[in-house]
Amino acid sequence: MISKTHAAKTYIMLVLIVFFAPIGDVLLSKGMKQVGEVPDWSVAALIEIFISAFTNSTIWLGIGSLLVFFVCYLLVLSWADYSYAAPASAMSYVVVPLLGYMLLGEALTSIRWTGIIFIFLGVILVNCTPHRTTRRS
Amino acid sequence: MRTALSFAVVILANAAGEIAITRAMKQVGEVVNFTPLALLRVLRSAIRIRWMWVGLFLMTLQLFFMLMLLSWENVSFVIPATALSYVVGALGAKFLLGEKVSGVRWIGVSLVSIGVALVWIG
Repeated sequence: MISKTHAAKTYIMLVLIVFFAPIGDVLLSKGMKQVGEVPDWSVAALIEIFISAFTNSTIWLGIGSLLVFFVCYLLVLSWADYSYAAPASAMSYVVVPLLGYMLLGEALTSIRWTGIIFIFLGVILVNCTPHRTTRRS
Repeated sequence: MRTALSFAVVILANAAGEIAITRAMKQVGEVVNFTPLALLRVLRSAIRIRWMWVGLFLMTLQLFFMLMLLSWENVSFVIPATALSYVVGALGAKFLLGEKVSGVRWIGVSLVSIGVALVWIG
């Protein structure tokens, strides 16, 4: 029997995972676009890219978001099944296109809508199963 | 051939890496205290477990091969194919971690896997 607090902390972690993972990715990619393309692979050019990447605040925000995501993932795995947490965190693939659709008016193809529905149904089914099926040590 | 091999490495290393990390975190034990100090203590005990380092190594390997794949294939081909790691991960969780993957969970995992692939193809 899973207690209410157990379920509540699982959902809180999953919500944080689902939002912080894509936010981190988007911020990193935005930051790298600000830094600019890698001109060539010479040591001098790479050092310059590293310096501008690590002095870019967007990149630090991205790294921070991904750290929050990773810690939340570690925490949820300390009590929940991996075969529960991994598919449940795939909800982030639903959140990003849906946010793009609702906030930015980005078009969604029918294939993408089908994918969103599949993930949504899959996560609902996984969530119908117990969060933990192994013994507590 | 190199593409197929890299896909295999990405899928296997991702699933195996996350399974190793899960094993480490189960060893740390269920986190019940969420104060910053308690969380730091959790992280400190996590990095003392060998499985955590095995997991981090495998995930770094996965990232490396993923970047390589992305440098010679399209992202809309790479990510859908790696969505298979949800299924491989569930298999690993069943056999390596002893999790009970019921029929309902299998259907759910498969739907998520297909869904992630479709979102990226679309």
